[in-house]
Amino acid sequence: MAQTFTRPTQLKGMTQRRNGMLLNRFSQGVFVLLGLLVVYVLGRAFSQNPKVFVEQVLNGLQLGFIYALIALGYTMVYGIVKLINFAHGDVFMFGAFTSFYAVATLQLHRWPAWLFPDMAEGAVMLIGTVTVILMSMLFSATLAVVIERFAYKPLRSKPRIAALITAIGVSFFVEYFGALPFAFTNNYITYPRPFEVRVYSGGMISPTLIVGAWLLFVIFLLVLGWLTWAARHGNVQAQTWKRHPLLQFGLLFFGFMAVVLTLTGVRIMTGGRVWDLSVSNVMLVIMGASILLQVLLQYVVSHTRIGKAMRAAAYDKAVARLMGINVDGVITATFALGGGLAGAAGVLYATAFKQVHHLMGIIPGLKAFVAAVVGGIGSIPGAFVGSLIMGQTEVLAAGFISTPMRDAVAFSLLIVVLLVWPQGLFGEPPAEKV
Amino acid sequence: MRQRMKPSVTFFAVGLVIFVVIQVLLSVGLLNNYWRGIIFWGAAISMVALGLNLIYGFNGQFSLGQYGFYAIGAYTSADITYRWVRGDPSALVVVLVGALLTLAFYALLAVFLRRFYGVTVMARFTLYVLVTVLAFAIAVTVGVPLLGPLFSTVLGALPAVVSQQIVFLFALLGGASLAGIASFLFGIPVLELGSDYFGIATLGFTIIIKVLLDNTDTLLPFPEMKGARGMIGIPQWTTWPWVFGSLLLVILVMRNVLHSSVGRAIVSVREDERAAELVGIDVATTKVLAFVLGSVFAGLAGGIRAHDLAFLHPQSFNFIQSFNPLIIVVFGGLSSMTGTVVTGFFWIFLLEGVLRLYLPQGFETWRMVVYPLVLLIMMLLRPEGLFGRYEIPFLRRVLPPLPVKAEPAAESAQEVSA
Amino acid sequence: MRSRIFVMLALVVSMLALSACGGGGGTIKIAILAPLSGDVATFGQSTRDGVLLAIEEWNAKGGIDGKKIEYVVEDSQCNAEAAVSAANKVIDQDGVKFIIGEVCSSASIPVSEIATAKQVFQISPTSTNPAVTVGESGTKPTIFRACFIDPFQGKVGAKFALEKLGAKTAAVFLDQGNDYVRGLAEVFISEFEAGGGKVVVKETYTGDDSDFSAILTKVKDANPDVLYLPDYYSTVNLIAAQAKEKGITAVMLGGDGWDSADLDRTAVDGGYFTNHFSDQDTRPIVQDFVKKYSAKYGAAPDALAALAYDAANILFQGIDKAGKADPVAVAKTLETGTFEVVSGNVSYDANHNPVKAAVVLQVKGGAVNYIDTVAP
Repeated sequence: MAQTFTRPTQLKGMTQRRNGMLLNRFSQGVFVLLGLLVVYVLGRAFSQNPKVFVEQVLNGLQLGFIYALIALGYTMVYGIVKLINFAHGDVFMFGAFTSFYAVATLQLHRWPAWLFPDMAEGAVMLIGTVTVILMSMLFSATLAVVIERFAYKPLRSKPRIAALITAIGVSFFVEYFGALPFAFTNNYITYPRPFEVRVYSGGMISPTLIVGAWLLFVIFLLVLGWLTWAARHGNVQAQTWKRHPLLQFGLLFFGFMAVVLTLTGVRIMTGGRVWDLSVSNVMLVIMGASILLQVLLQYVVSHTRIGKAMRAAAYDKAVARLMGINVDGVITATFALGGGLAGAAGVLYATAFKQVHHLMGIIPGLKAFVAAVVGGIGSIPGAFVGSLIMGQTEVLAAGFISTPMRDAVAFSLLIVVLLVWPQGLFGEPPAEKV
Repeated sequence: MRQRMKPSVTFFAVGLVIFVVIQVLLSVGLLNNYWRGIIFWGAAISMVALGLNLIYGFNGQFSLGQYGFYAIGAYTSADITYRWVRGDPSALVVVLVGALLTLAFYALLAVFLRRFYGVTVMARFTLYVLVTVLAFAIAVTVGVPLLGPLFSTVLGALPAVVSQQIVFLFALLGGASLAGIASFLFGIPVLELGSDYFGIATLGFTIIIKVLLDNTDTLLPFPEMKGARGMIGIPQWTTWPWVFGSLLLVILVMRNVLHSSVGRAIVSVREDERAAELVGIDVATTKVLAFVLGSVFAGLAGGIRAHDLAFLHPQSFNFIQSFNPLIIVVFGGLSSMTGTVVTGFFWIFLLEGVLRLYLPQGFETWRMVVYPLVLLIMMLLRPEGLFGRYEIPFLRRVLPPLPVKAEPAAESAQEVSA
Repeated sequence: MRSRIFVMLALVVSMLALSACGGGGGTIKIAILAPLSGDVATFGQSTRDGVLLAIEEWNAKGGIDGKKIEYVVEDSQCNAEAAVSAANKVIDQDGVKFIIGEVCSSASIPVSEIATAKQVFQISPTSTNPAVTVGESGTKPTIFRACFIDPFQGKVGAKFALEKLGAKTAAVFLDQGNDYVRGLAEVFISEFEAGGGKVVVKETYTGDDSDFSAILTKVKDANPDVLYLPDYYSTVNLIAAQAKEKGITAVMLGGDGWDSADLDRTAVDGGYFTNHFSDQDTRPIVQDFVKKYSAKYGAAPDALAALAYDAANILFQGIDKAGKADPVAVAKTLETGTFEVVSGNVSYDANHNPVKAAVVLQVKGGAVNYIDTVAP
């Protein structure tokens, strides 16, 4: 908690100041009581109907993973240029529309089947979907770079607020230009998914899959444990291996996978009723993609040349320039990377909700941005964790506290988190420049 | 250089001329309702933007919460007059008595808190919230039965025209003071955050207010506000003298505050918080002061706007709209009151006037495409805003010296000698 | 610096100078106020298209009493502030005496106040809020609407669910921020419960939501017979797709907001909705309208286009019958006459709400089929 202590001053003619600890304890008590109330409400909901509660948690997880995809782009751009890129949500929208045209008009997701008519359906779907996502990423990255080049770059030496206003301007422009009849139109368009949605529940998931996920998770866990042990005993190589993206991806992905599949696949019974929890393949794809992108991004930022340059530029642009880093190039690369992520998020979002619209980017963008702030803006794991928290908050608030107050609860959480951890959960305190 | 008139004389003379000219044009009907609406709207948005300029331009706290306070002011004052014209003075009494009691309690609490050291921000916040709740509880339980009939009889004894103006004045004050109280409570903890984080938290505030307004009839006990159905039946009492008077009041208050030692403290906090603290400025209090004052302006503007539109809908206070004052302030030039006022009007003229009148038939949808383009081009051409730091002499006279920053000094020097 | 201010002043003065122009002599000028930007722009566009089609038809016939119809379109953004500005502009600046619009009640209400004060005729195609036509001091003399008000459609929906579907339990979703949705849902709930049914889940959302999993989970747990979704197709598509994927089997039920070529028919398959007309109706006016609209805009008309077309036709027939383009006279004609339009034979009650029959349609296998007609 941010504490501002005023030094006890002794002035003439003034009564001696007393310690305000009692008042602080009082206020902490009030807040603890409020927290307990929330815990009580959720606990009661759980005990009354554990099935619904668990299902809501799964819903929250799905929403959280979607936010995570968008939040990663926000957090990167903010980390480097300290700009709240309001146009990010619109790049996201652009990605969704690109994939819409690719799928609906060009049938691009079927391209392997044109070339190799006897290819297995699953393989066609996989390759086709990946192609569509990559194409959307490319287009979105291009748009992000164009926006950066024309709207932000000329203002780099100017006050930060000018760029913020152009960000708002660009955002409006992309949205309303998109609404014109010859662009994306202003209609709510049903999105043809590049792959069929399958919903798995109860007996539909083979136990081998569940056991397999747990097994892989345990293996990764063991490897991590061994590497930790080795690192502690002086193995320098193990220290590097511990941070290998593959290991992190495996841990996170199979960890989540194991939990989700167990919850939805195992037939749990309470009070004589089977829990028919379900999970869709869209959810699994979104989960996989956001974990993969998060780990990849983490790797790029911490292990590659461009990543090091990004971190240098984020820390101090002037000095980075002195060190021979092409700061403008780095910023462009950041926008390209962020735009690409937004494009991928757009495709997956549209696939999940089956609709595209020219204003679809505003609300997810805003929520994802808030999630990034909750996690600590500028921090990649922070964006990920913040998004999961945001997803849970929204769904649990809608499910058990008050549906109309869903957004209000989410934003109250934002304010509370900021008050307790002013830099967000994973954020670093700003570098002191004296 | 020739001898010039005293800036204050020029200012008031020009103000009087503008007032009289527009009043005459309105009375003879040369300015029709359309232009009247645009002028009133421009004045209201200018007041909101002036408040933001105080918070952001002069005090450096990036806020997106202006529309939240604007909404509080609008709905509060509308509720007061709505109930009044239906013979129910309760809202008037609750807001006035509540606000006065809150102020008194705040003063007492501030004195009380002085006797302690090491009180955390959250503890202060909790105490202030409790005191506010107490004050309004007293106003509702004791104030209404005690003072309600009194207000009704005293104001009822006056001629209707007079009592209406008095109630309207009270309603505006009530709206402004509730906005002030809300911003005070919100500001205590949240102003501790850095500027961007503060901005995001205020954005959250705007969204929370919008959600609450959508549910005034279901979650909050105000069925007359009708939630998302929109509040109808607000008397249309706003007239040009009220609009002009409020705008003038806001400008004068802001000018005088900025030209006082408090104003210098406000500006110094923007320049360097640490240095300000070192020279003995109470940074936290200064920030809260600027924030509350700015929000009071927004609340006042809300009251004016509500009684001009005679209809309120939560959609008008959507978070997308909350960027509007920010755009105006930056557009006009940060920390330029002249720029903010002129741009406030200009912005409405552009959006509701020029783009409505001059876009050809069939291009209505282009209005919202052209607007961001204008915004973008202007920002790229003049990133420091249309007016930069320019002020008309009356507002400029005793401003603290312009900070020596990366900005080229030549331009401002030229303007001073022009 | 000073020159810039002068330029701005000059701009202002030049705009003021333009404020003196008015309407022409041999023509009738009407205004279309619709949201053409923002998240309901697509509804505004349908509305405008519907009205424009009607104008084109009348002008092709030689206008009303030989007077051609001229029009101005203004974007009122479904927002009170913009709508007031747009309404003032068309009334004072363009000298318009007849307004068709707005789509949203939140914008129609302030417009109706202005129109009443200025004795301008306004007919809103789709605003369901009673406060549009009825003010504090009774029915506003020159304000009408072309759509049902909430109670009728909600009642038809509830009756249909109880009697034809034999439903005992229902779940209702409503958008707290949307007047139309809320009105329908509230009437449905009260009628359904009055008829012996039980509303087991009543949940709200906001128009910005796209994830409905939290509230759908509650529905799944309660397992109701019908799920009432009285929103526009844009939101219904989202909810219905997610409901299907959640494994909810309740029959979905909706209002005229579903009527659109863009309704996701696989997601709401088996669902029913109440509407103003069925395109399977054999009356020539209906067939004619559907054919002409599709030919002109390349898409089947939705409910908004149909209502806008009706609103325009009611207005033009009213002017025709009254014999003069005077708002008060036209209003008098509307109060007494019956008008044959796409959504049936419309007459007006004392509150200026149309009295007309509703139809119930079913979405089945990608087609929308006529099921029933319910007279008021």
